[in-house]
Amino acid sequence: MGEASLLLEVRDVAKRFDSVVALKAAALQVRAGEVHGLMGSNGAGKSTLVKIITGVFRADGGQILVKGATRSFRSPAEARSAGIVSVYQDPALVPDLTVAQNMRLAGASVDAVRKWLAELGVVRLDFSILVRDLPYPTLRLIDLARALASEPAVLLLDEITASLPADLSERIYAMVRHWRERGNAVIFISHRMAEVADLCDRATVLRDGVTVGVTERAHGSEERIVALMLGAETARAVAAASSTPASFRAPRDGQAALEVRGLRRSPLLNDVSFKLYPGEVLGVAALEGQGQEELFDCIAGSRRYDEGAIFAHGKELRLRHPADAIRAGIVLVPANRLLALLQQRSIRENIALPAFGGIRNWGPIGMRAERTRVDSAIARLQIDTRAGSELRRLSGGNQQKVVIARWLASGFNTLLCFDPTRGIDIGTKRQIYVLVRELAAAGSAVLLFTSELPEIALACDRAIVLFGGRVVAEMPVSEADEATLLRSAHGLAPQARAVS
Amino acid sequence: MTERAKTTFSHVAPVLSGRGVMSLLRSQTLIALILLLAAFVAGIEAARPGTVNALWASNMVLFAAPLGIIAAGQTLVMLTGGIDLSVASVATASAYIMATHSGLGGLPCVLYGLAVGLVVGLINGVGIALLRVQPLVMTLGTGLMTEGMLVVYSQKMMADAPHVPKFIEDLGAGKFLGGIPNDLLLWAPIAILIIFVLRRTGYGRLLYAVGDNSEACTLAGIRVWRVLLVNYVICSLLAATAGLVIVGGADTADLSLADFYLLPSVAAVIIGGTSIFGGRGGYAGTIVGALILTVLNSILTLLDAPEPIRQILYGAIILLLAAAYTRLTD
Amino acid sequence: MTTPAESKSPIMAAPAVSSPPFAAQLRRSLRRHPSLFGMPALLIASLAITVAIHPQFSDFDLQSLAMGALPLAFAAAAQTVVVISGGIDLSIGSVMAVANVLAASTMENATFGESLALAAAVMLAGAAIGALNGLIVVLSRIPDVVATLTSGFIWGGVALIIMEKPGGGAPPEFLNLGAGTLFTSWLPTAIILLVVAVAVIWIPLRRSKLGLQFYAVGSDRIAAFRSGVNIDRTRFCAYIFSGLFSAVGGLGLTMTTGIGAPLAGVYYTLSGLAAVVVGGVSLAGGRGGMVGPVIAAFVLTLIPTDLIFLNIDPNFGQVIQGTLIVAIVMIGGFADMARNRR
Repeated sequence: MGEASLLLEVRDVAKRFDSVVALKAAALQVRAGEVHGLMGSNGAGKSTLVKIITGVFRADGGQILVKGATRSFRSPAEARSAGIVSVYQDPALVPDLTVAQNMRLAGASVDAVRKWLAELGVVRLDFSILVRDLPYPTLRLIDLARALASEPAVLLLDEITASLPADLSERIYAMVRHWRERGNAVIFISHRMAEVADLCDRATVLRDGVTVGVTERAHGSEERIVALMLGAETARAVAAASSTPASFRAPRDGQAALEVRGLRRSPLLNDVSFKLYPGEVLGVAALEGQGQEELFDCIAGSRRYDEGAIFAHGKELRLRHPADAIRAGIVLVPANRLLALLQQRSIRENIALPAFGGIRNWGPIGMRAERTRVDSAIARLQIDTRAGSELRRLSGGNQQKVVIARWLASGFNTLLCFDPTRGIDIGTKRQIYVLVRELAAAGSAVLLFTSELPEIALACDRAIVLFGGRVVAEMPVSEADEATLLRSAHGLAPQARAVS
Repeated sequence: MTERAKTTFSHVAPVLSGRGVMSLLRSQTLIALILLLAAFVAGIEAARPGTVNALWASNMVLFAAPLGIIAAGQTLVMLTGGIDLSVASVATASAYIMATHSGLGGLPCVLYGLAVGLVVGLINGVGIALLRVQPLVMTLGTGLMTEGMLVVYSQKMMADAPHVPKFIEDLGAGKFLGGIPNDLLLWAPIAILIIFVLRRTGYGRLLYAVGDNSEACTLAGIRVWRVLLVNYVICSLLAATAGLVIVGGADTADLSLADFYLLPSVAAVIIGGTSIFGGRGGYAGTIVGALILTVLNSILTLLDAPEPIRQILYGAIILLLAAAYTRLTD
Repeated sequence: MTTPAESKSPIMAAPAVSSPPFAAQLRRSLRRHPSLFGMPALLIASLAITVAIHPQFSDFDLQSLAMGALPLAFAAAAQTVVVISGGIDLSIGSVMAVANVLAASTMENATFGESLALAAAVMLAGAAIGALNGLIVVLSRIPDVVATLTSGFIWGGVALIIMEKPGGGAPPEFLNLGAGTLFTSWLPTAIILLVVAVAVIWIPLRRSKLGLQFYAVGSDRIAAFRSGVNIDRTRFCAYIFSGLFSAVGGLGLTMTTGIGAPLAGVYYTLSGLAAVVVGGVSLAGGRGGMVGPVIAAFVLTLIPTDLIFLNIDPNFGQVIQGTLIVAIVMIGGFADMARNRR
């Protein structure tokens, strides 16, 4: 392929923020008529590279060439006029303006956007509705349609299918392919390996701010990408860890660590009942918006429910505040770690936080005892603290571990994990699942929701499926393959099973 | 092993470059602030040789103490991401009410003054902590309310004229041992206590945590409203205390006694390194900030310029300092 | 993977319809701009109370009310522009004072024609001061609370330099622009001036792209940035308009009081902000309009008026205003909490 068909080329780009080096030598070559994946663990420099390409930051070194000409963008607007447009996970739509006003704000033609929305399957959308009154997936599509309306030569999609239901993701895949057919290029960023393998013609892998390889679509390219992302040694270790099968627990007797009975909360939770036993990992599978988030929040005490009861070790709980749940030994690891962490404070303060809940703990701190507790939690979770003691220096995966470390340090019976591995690199993902199994083996009860169905089998002993705000299926992990889960998650009856 | 050693070394090398000195300064802002203070002091001595001596220094501390005490409360509040615009009114009201009750004797009249701080602090706390009103608006309102009530009160109290008791005058203007200001006896323990609370107690940790991310605190089982409520009460009490010191150093208890202190109380905290968004900072920097502003004020007084010019210069320099500080730490 | 037929997700029934019926539109505007209907009601209620207290409420009283409320209304307008774009301006009162003393000192011996030209110059000066404020806020990166609190301090000093003590004046024809009535004795010229000035500046602004940018930046800065809005430039412009409205307010002060007073502004910063809050504009930005705060300025001005009619010490006025702000925001906070009960 000649140089002329290179729509975008990144050569040796470097970027640092104060003393943190985000990129050392990033390289990227995107040809016309291809879908090009951009892969890398959290902290590898992907998002910095994207921001440099789209004009949010200026590079410290290196070059960017668009269609062979060296360019340097000072704003997203400049990048857009050069034919480079990006769509992020959070729709770039102002909530208090209408759709039409948002289009006007960005200088997008309403008719063109309408046309592309139709291609994406959204017809007859009232543009005079306030953005904040529209459902989230619709906003994603509007954002994408707006990007398409400016006919970019290079379309950059950053985690665009995250938290989207399957049918919408399919439409986006179709659009991506369509865009490629028109001779343009799409840079596709995603943590879902299956997507990347399916869509991308080639993929560039970043590690520690450096481009470490470019793979072509081929059989086995997934493993090659993972190996490149992790570095050879770590990849081997991770592979070894993940090949240990989840140990199947014998049927439990004795009291449930957590029991939910008839939980109802309009509009999404209708009648949820299940039991969770000590020593087991219970997986929750569900499509978007089936009430799983509300369920977890209710059990954790941060949302009220209308009817029903929650029991911990047989005792009914009155949950008005997370403190009540925590006192009953129920703790939550939320999906969005930004919600749970103190970005400006140190790792130690983050881990020690729950200790100061009661007024009697407002007095002088026993520093030595605290240090011991905190250090042992850090060691247990193998949190990589080389970058410093400030929390924000840690990678996403390590930050998520800090959330878990917090509960390890303060003690719990029941751990609620809501999509704990969302947006985390593969190596850390596996570590977290191994940890979850260890915690269960040590006697804790774990309730685990993950948006990636294959991972239920990796970590859980049993699984329940949530649909329409109800538990519609329950099965041991041996039956919880992706197809079965998916069927139940859509409200379909599971396939007939052989009678055991 | 070698990988770990490599990483530690790579942290050291950049420090030795010029860039490194800047980032060292950034992380040791206290040193930078003290250097700035020293620069101001040196500037005064250079402009008017002989000015800087023990008497001058003790006067600086004397004048800085009330500001330091108000700014202590403001520091606590700004650490949680809030602000208290009612501190000036509370200080004035506390001084006035104390003065009009001075006939009751030493302790009772002081208690009356402090009671003002308690009441206003509670109102602020209820509004901000329980009803989630924005601190700016809430304290603005209570400040107006307090000021207005004071005006009405002062007109009704024509009979009982305000009188500043001797021991308050001693506190606000006197010195002992030939030069140490009396109000330092009040400021120093407060300062030590506040620094200890911020660094070594659960309450201090909570202030930083709430200022950084109050949602995260709730999820971790903290009842945030308790912390905020107590905090605003403490801030108002500190303002009330400062009012007693201010009136000791002033000629009379008039109705705009502490008006001047509002802007410097916020400025001292910002210059001292506490972010207005919360989660970061401390009181040590505020102390130096208060000293810097006091010295600055005295420089401007020495200049013999008319009042308005001094006002403009004061404001402009605060802007410069705050801007420099914000740029350095971003 | 499941077949498309089985994977219909519940949310794809996008809200359709080309033109909603009138009732639905009305309901939607009511939800979007509660102040649009609440504020006039509050004003009418306050007027009703006033008339009930003082049945001899005459056209002259209305004139006094209008003249008293005029400067506050402009202060509220100035604050509204900045608040909508997500910021705050604590220097408004000081800028009003500068404009006031500037006008009163230069117009003292001027002819009517000259005074009009001077008024225009003062407005330009106000815009320039606003621009300076904007530069300070944007370039220094100091949070706008602190930056405008400090710059207000500075402008206060400037006002004192221009005029040490209250004094100065303006030609009688200029003063009559604010006093007096038009068409009927029940329509004070002050109200006409207010409506015209606010409308001429705000309506085109609101419809323009810049106005849209104000709302965008106030609503969600990141989304606005990603939509191509220059955040710094937008905030800078907001302060220019704040300066402009403040200058008009200062001119209003000159018109209604006849003199210049360097310390006149102190009251207006905080009360202007109070009018914005009472007028239903969210301090978070991105929402609201001019109508609420301007009407709220009248309501707030009625308070001392009512007190005078009731023979209560007007100094209580400040107490009541402060208490009113506190009560309103506390009730508002309570209502928000009740609505968002977890």
